[in-house]
Amino acid sequence: MNNVFVYIEIEEQQIADVSLELLTKGRELANTLGVKLEAVVAGKSVKHLAAELAKYGADTVWVAEDEIFAPFRTLPHTAIMVGLIEQEKPQIALFGATPVGRDFAPRVSSALHSGLTADCTELVIGEHKDAKTGKEYDSLLYQIRPAFGGNIIATIVNPECRPQMATVREGVMRKEELATPAAGEIREIEWQKMVKDTDLAVRIVERHIEERKINIKGASIIVAGGYGVGSKEGFKLVHELADVLGGEVGASRAAVDAGFTEHERQIGQTGVTVRPKLYIACGISGQIQHTAGMDGSAMIVSINTDPEAPINKIADYAITGSVEEVIPKMIKYYKQNSK
Amino acid sequence: MKKVTKIVVMAKQVPDTRNVGKDAMTPEGTVNRAALAAIFNPEDLNALEMALQMKDRMEGAQVYVLTMGPQRAADVIREAMWRGADGGYLLSGKEFAGSDTLATSYALSCALRKIEPDIVVAGRQAIDGDTAQVGPQVAQKLDLPQVTYAEELIDICDTEITIKRRLERGSEVVVSPLPAVITVNASAKECRPRNAKRVMKYKYALATSELAVATEDRKAFIEERPYLHIIEFAAADVNPDPEQLGLSGSPTKVKKIENVVFQAKEAKKLTADDKDIESLMQELIASHTLG
Repeated sequence: MNNVFVYIEIEEQQIADVSLELLTKGRELANTLGVKLEAVVAGKSVKHLAAELAKYGADTVWVAEDEIFAPFRTLPHTAIMVGLIEQEKPQIALFGATPVGRDFAPRVSSALHSGLTADCTELVIGEHKDAKTGKEYDSLLYQIRPAFGGNIIATIVNPECRPQMATVREGVMRKEELATPAAGEIREIEWQKMVKDTDLAVRIVERHIEERKINIKGASIIVAGGYGVGSKEGFKLVHELADVLGGEVGASRAAVDAGFTEHERQIGQTGVTVRPKLYIACGISGQIQHTAGMDGSAMIVSINTDPEAPINKIADYAITGSVEEVIPKMIKYYKQNSK
Repeated sequence: MKKVTKIVVMAKQVPDTRNVGKDAMTPEGTVNRAALAAIFNPEDLNALEMALQMKDRMEGAQVYVLTMGPQRAADVIREAMWRGADGGYLLSGKEFAGSDTLATSYALSCALRKIEPDIVVAGRQAIDGDTAQVGPQVAQKLDLPQVTYAEELIDICDTEITIKRRLERGSEVVVSPLPAVITVNASAKECRPRNAKRVMKYKYALATSELAVATEDRKAFIEERPYLHIIEFAAADVNPDPEQLGLSGSPTKVKKIENVVFQAKEAKKLTADDKDIESLMQELIASHTLG
């Protein structure tokens, strides 16, 4: 009762990084609240994952093992999550803001009539006084997210309904193993009582999973292009600089929406969060939507024709100039000086 | 066997968040929609296209657009009619103001119970919230299966639909029984453009409340052409539980809104001159940030 739940996502038999990141955050929230952290995992064979989940703070690991749970389908996973939440009544339930989490967490929230805040960038416990009723709450979950195209930061609370539910994107929270693992006590979900035949009505007839080709999350140098790069051709320059420096190419949402580069490269609230050693922002204006995903970079260099571009406020070096002019010079002087 | 006759696209008129001015937010922290250009939510256009493809393959099927919003949201329905939709429903009323995703889904599900569609199609998410919650929540409230991130309509018959879904890294093909709720990804086929003949035909389509204030000539014109009448539902028309609408039906509350203020730090200003770029690269190498 009243504990913190984290839904554990399985990706090709592995625990998704976002789930471990949420356990780390969940551990912190559970400690603040003085309650337990419970992981929920369903798949064909998942019990052996309990030890790993315990390292990241899970006191309890709820498991449902059956072929119906893998690959992921909306309805069986919704059924066990709703069933278990009704049985255990956690105060908080966290999900990855992945295609899986964003598919079924809304359905869970609707079934439980509880609120769900998407794509939170921060979660903290705090007090709240309802402006209308004057009712006071000691320890609510503040669900903090950029909103409205990233022009504002909103703090959302869910005063009356339980659980308080939130999704968080991969890479936003840090994952950290505990010095001493938590208990990780395995408990079986009585899923046979929760899943109905109609929950199995949608059939997967074909499935293709591609290797992860682009790994911007792990890159220590990122050269990112924005709308200001101007074209797909312009992005070739961005790639050239990244290749020379041994980095990866990232992009702002505007550049991805404009079709300059692949969606997998998108950095920001609706993309990946990165913390490289060096971030070179090329033609990126620096809306919070984007900066939310990169402002933890150790060093930021911005190239922009507009000296007043918002990105310059978080940059360490702000170069006023065009991408076409500056990048070739950077390549040239890097090559000249790097030996 | 029930035939597929009614396909409903849930579409939203959204503020163009790519162009936001200063007065975009009210002091209460809700969106001041009047201050912003209103557009057809981009992924809802992909949804409309997929619905029209279903219609193309299913003899006798018709496509209707359902939108919730103020009177001017009827623009979305007219736009859809110009591109191929057969008609629309506008769900409008002050009772719906301040709805979070759950209250929105509830209101839409009440309207859908009344419309009784065979398939519901919607964009994956709207650009003013990016939550992607309303599609799955409507599906739950109607107790229908959902297929999210639809990219391609593979096959459809009266009893089931086959859809290719986009996954994070890859794709899958699923078969779902009908009725179902389908949410469509931006990577799906772009919406067909306006058709000149349809623009002529539906140019004067009006929702009930627009009709009430129209000229007598226009009223008479539409009376003779019922297909130009966009059906408008007020809250009471869809028999909702009032407690589940608007602010009172929204479990999530906005506690605080902050404008984004960057913590200004001293950026070192550089020009694009060779000497500036060279000394920058030298510094980055010397500090082992590079190399």
